[in-house]
Amino acid sequence: MKLLRLAWYSLLNRRSAVALTVVTIAFSIGLLVMVEQLRQEVRQGFYRSVSGVDLIVGARTAPIQLLLYSVFGIGSATNNIDWQTFKELEALPEVDWAVPMALGDSHQGYRVMGTTQAFFDSFKVGDQEPLVIARGKDKAALFTDLFDVVIGAQVARKLGYQLGDAIVLSHGTGRVSLQAHDALPFKVAAILEPTGTPIDQQLYVSLSAHRAIHVGWESGMQRPGSGLDPQEARARADELEPETLTAIFLGLKTRAAVFGLQRRVNEYRVEPLSAIIPGIALQELWRISGLAEQILRVVAALVVVTGLLGMLTVLLTTLNERRREMAILRANGARPQQIATLLVAEAGLIAFAGIVLGVVLAYVAQWMAAPILLDRLGIFLSLSWPEAWQLGVLGLIWLAGLLVALIPATLAYRRTLADGMQVRS
Amino acid sequence: MPATKKPLLDLSGLRYTWPGSDEEIRLPDLHINEGEKVFLYGPSGSGKSTLLALIGGLIQPDHGQVLFAGERLDQLKGSKRDRFRADHLGIIFQQFNLLPWLDVRANVALPCQFSALRAKRCGDVDKAVERLLMGMDLESAFWSRRADALSVGQQQRVAAARALIGQPDLILADEPTSALDAERRQVFIDLLFKQTEISGSTLLFVSHEQDLATRFDRVLSLDSVAA
Repeated sequence: MKLLRLAWYSLLNRRSAVALTVVTIAFSIGLLVMVEQLRQEVRQGFYRSVSGVDLIVGARTAPIQLLLYSVFGIGSATNNIDWQTFKELEALPEVDWAVPMALGDSHQGYRVMGTTQAFFDSFKVGDQEPLVIARGKDKAALFTDLFDVVIGAQVARKLGYQLGDAIVLSHGTGRVSLQAHDALPFKVAAILEPTGTPIDQQLYVSLSAHRAIHVGWESGMQRPGSGLDPQEARARADELEPETLTAIFLGLKTRAAVFGLQRRVNEYRVEPLSAIIPGIALQELWRISGLAEQILRVVAALVVVTGLLGMLTVLLTTLNERRREMAILRANGARPQQIATLLVAEAGLIAFAGIVLGVVLAYVAQWMAAPILLDRLGIFLSLSWPEAWQLGVLGLIWLAGLLVALIPATLAYRRTLADGMQVRS
Repeated sequence: MPATKKPLLDLSGLRYTWPGSDEEIRLPDLHINEGEKVFLYGPSGSGKSTLLALIGGLIQPDHGQVLFAGERLDQLKGSKRDRFRADHLGIIFQQFNLLPWLDVRANVALPCQFSALRAKRCGDVDKAVERLLMGMDLESAFWSRRADALSVGQQQRVAAARALIGQPDLILADEPTSALDAERRQVFIDLLFKQTEISGSTLLFVSHEQDLATRFDRVLSLDSVAA
């Protein structure tokens, strides 16, 4: 304890060099912790987004592609599926609920999803939490008017929309779209509570409305003079059945039925379909991204090694100028082991400060990265404490710091023995 | 002259060769009693540092014996010699005695960090530090300053206070006044004598400045005795 106090004052005396060393170690630790935390949090965020869905069905494609475009809005579908398929799947005895998804339009860069009432009633996120309406119509009353639009929490926040605001959808999914469905404006009927998933980044209209705004757009752009006006559209609302969908989310009565149903969907004869289990598709995604993660981890680990070597350099270079100090300590009764311990204690303090500061830096970085990830991926980063094994790794790094300090400590030990009591400068 | 003539330090037949050197250093026999103030004349090259290292127990002689406070120092193992030095010896160097990054008080208290015996003798270490600093004529305004903020003369007085703390048996002063001017030299020796008497320690004062010798109980010379 007494030696620790001496070490502390000795470090204070060389505070600028020490501070730089601490910062170097802090950056390296920060990088390591951040890589690890971001990896876990991003995975957690992805998982939260699909945790309530048992199967996702789309046109035949690669599982990861289907997952990415249906849930996360990354990439787009190459093919649609028939409305009839939805009808059949919904009617299957093992299916608890089915939510259709029709994509193709956007608003100010946010995706518009055509769906049904079932989405609000049945879709769950995170720990099986249902969607909640923050403001506006009750769930049961949604889509009672053809031009009701429900918006996600982020959309409302970013674009500053209130209930009753008029919204014009754009054809296509680009951020800048020249073709607007301006003949049929929508009205904000409800705003959802934030979920920390891509749901917050979307707008929701009924399938009938999705169909209505595309009457006359069959070629991909509006035929001049075609299309409906709002009155016509409302009048024909009941007969506006969708023809195609982008994807279907399914919830089953028992999870045990998932694999059987997946196989049956994949072997569906009427049209080529893919059914994916989101958790498994995510695993596959992580396998692909795993290599990059490993590389990042190795880089981070090497940076930590660099940080510790930096500390070693500082300890070694100050050793010469501290020779007199050692002789004074020795003359006043310090044993050579105690002088060696003093150096190890100094390294211990430097490494400890670096690790603590590094963890703080990592959290600050995550805190700053959170809004960007929320914006780009719709994934909400929650700041969680490092897990036990991560603390263990940090502890090991600290021990490595002590081990590194054994080099200057051994040198100091030998020198104090050889110098005797002479004060050399 | 003190009435008691108990021996404190007895060196006989000491020979030592430093590692990497061919020259064997032979040292004269030396006998010092408790409570004595001894001036040891030692010009450079007279084997002075070897003698100090032997008394301090930092090296073991090749031949001869060091009897210090009834203990055969030359026969003790390394760490025991270190403990012995911490308990029984107060040391003042020529200069640069103090750890610059500690304040004056902490510098004086330093030996008590390494010797439980000396800390115990102090009773209250803080009080003992203050008593010695006042005894060495250092005002309380300096006590909380960093050691390197003091003048050389002040630093030497702090070093003396440190050597004296916890009443070690022997104060070993290695040219403590050579960095001071003549007037300060006398003041320093006055203060050192007084405090050494108060603590009941013995003083071995090594110097090449022969004009100081007259004030001591006894004068020995490394030069004349060296073979």
